[in-house]
Amino acid sequence: MLPYFARRLAQAAVIVAFVAAISFALIHLAPGDPFSAVMDNPNVSESVRQTLRAQYGLDKPLPEQFARYVGSLARGDLGWSFSHDRPVLDVLATALPNTLLLMGVALVGSFSLGILVALIQVARRGSATDHALSGVTLLLFSMPEFWFAILALLAFTYWLPIFPVGGSVDAVMHDYMGLGARIGDRLRHLTLPALTLTVLAAGGVARYQRAALLEVLPADYIRTARLKGLTEREILRRHALRNALLPTISLIGLSFPALLTGAFFIEKIFAWPGMGLAVVSAISSRDYPLVVGGVIIGSIMVTLGSLIADVLYAWADPRIRAH
Amino acid sequence: MPGQIQESALTRIPRPRESAFALGLRRILRAPSSRVALAILATIVLIGLLAPFIAPYDPAAQPDVVALKSLAPSLAHPFGTDPYSRDVLSRVIYGARLSLAIGLLSTLVSLTLGVAYGAIAGYAGGVADAFMMRVLDAFLAIPRLLLLLGILVAWPQLSIGALILFLGLTGWFGLSRIVRGQVLALKHAEFVTAAQALGASRRRILVRHLLPNLISPIVVAATVGVAHVIVLEAGLSYLGIGVPQPLASWGNIIQDGADQVAALWWMSLFPGLFMVLTVMTLNILGEALRDAHDRR
Repeated sequence: MLPYFARRLAQAAVIVAFVAAISFALIHLAPGDPFSAVMDNPNVSESVRQTLRAQYGLDKPLPEQFARYVGSLARGDLGWSFSHDRPVLDVLATALPNTLLLMGVALVGSFSLGILVALIQVARRGSATDHALSGVTLLLFSMPEFWFAILALLAFTYWLPIFPVGGSVDAVMHDYMGLGARIGDRLRHLTLPALTLTVLAAGGVARYQRAALLEVLPADYIRTARLKGLTEREILRRHALRNALLPTISLIGLSFPALLTGAFFIEKIFAWPGMGLAVVSAISSRDYPLVVGGVIIGSIMVTLGSLIADVLYAWADPRIRAH
Repeated sequence: MPGQIQESALTRIPRPRESAFALGLRRILRAPSSRVALAILATIVLIGLLAPFIAPYDPAAQPDVVALKSLAPSLAHPFGTDPYSRDVLSRVIYGARLSLAIGLLSTLVSLTLGVAYGAIAGYAGGVADAFMMRVLDAFLAIPRLLLLLGILVAWPQLSIGALILFLGLTGWFGLSRIVRGQVLALKHAEFVTAAQALGASRRRILVRHLLPNLISPIVVAATVGVAHVIVLEAGLSYLGIGVPQPLASWGNIIQDGADQVAALWWMSLFPGLFMVLTVMTLNILGEALRDAHDRR
């Protein structure tokens, strides 16, 4: 178990190193340099630009620049966000907890909901319920995240106004509330975005889990359980689900990119002050360091997510745990 | 003569009555769901192809920015008009053409890259394969939307061609892993050994013997890939860095109404419906293709 963990950790470190190289390439393939904005200003003379470049090491050969870049990344320096006029890491660090909260709730919610739907479908396999639910999960799976979020916003804040329109707290009243009311206010604001992301992600989970369950049903131990006289319900819950859940653990790791992408759109549409909103807002102000910082942090999140899922998998699978 | 004997032996082999393609198609169309999906998809493709003949108005025309702006759906404008007084139905029809074309072309780019990279890695094996796979891991760790944001934000005012290229350049990682796995599995198959014994070059073995065996997973990946790109392009256009304005793509139309989603609900609803229909039918067909391949 421990050597496996160490190997997997080393793998993740290599991936992050490559991600750093890719982001460096992105920055250098882009036209112009960080002083392009300064260049537009006719009052800035050529010599000033050259001095700025020299100060930031942009006149050095590429390998040296890359070494410096990796060095500053390792120190947690992601550059300067000029739209916020703060370090990029600062901007993203303040926003990250909100994104993690949204993704965490949606992760737990979508897997619970997806597995539940799959169990209902498999218990009534071939029935009209099964087909109808398959249709719904396929629809959700095919749904562009941003469009679904727009529909949710329209439906539950305008047509049927049961949720606040956006943000993570009430902009005016929150500061005047007591502790209980504050928590309630946060929950009220979290519900719709989290629910939207949950339902979106649940479609894929349900389809995956249904297939996994149907795959184990012809197994010998299921037939044995049936011969023992167990009810279909018990067979599904105690025998089929336990074995069909194993591949689902690796699905957790695989679902991180989609969850993160979904969170980006949902944060924008519900004005949820997370990393996605920060990065997406940086697009219009062309705050390039913030966008690239978001790419790096997002990739690290995905890498860590799949690392955790793999370790969980190894821990849950007795065949791997024994080694 | 020995040559003649060989030839007559060859001609005696019964030829399959159907091509592999026709057989696959028949298998897929057995399910009513895929028949419906194919019919819907074909209709949307036709709408896109015949856009100039079907669209009631010019998608870029702004006939009267005061009197005809932001009209709710009516008989004259079934999908309403946008804040620039353009007819949304016409824009959705032209959007079908653009969104499908972008999906198709960038998937072609992804397929070429993915198959080449995966086949080379799988066939080369050893250190080269290990290195190529680590690079792939890193690309797979960056969510595609984020990678595209990182690229597209750097280039303001990108042309459609460049957008297609970048969408294609970021879409081949998953496929190339599949191709590499298949090549690895087939590398030591008997027919490959036989081809090697006959003196075939590595290139010939790869192109003539291994690739034809990969057609099924490639077709499945392409079908689902087009669906992905359509969603991705719409999302990027919605964020304002996809298809340049004033061209009509489904994402662009939604973006045009994004400031007043509640007041201009028709601008989000109709293009979105077309998008979901397209993506869903592509996914249904992709799954049917995979099942047909699995049963073989």
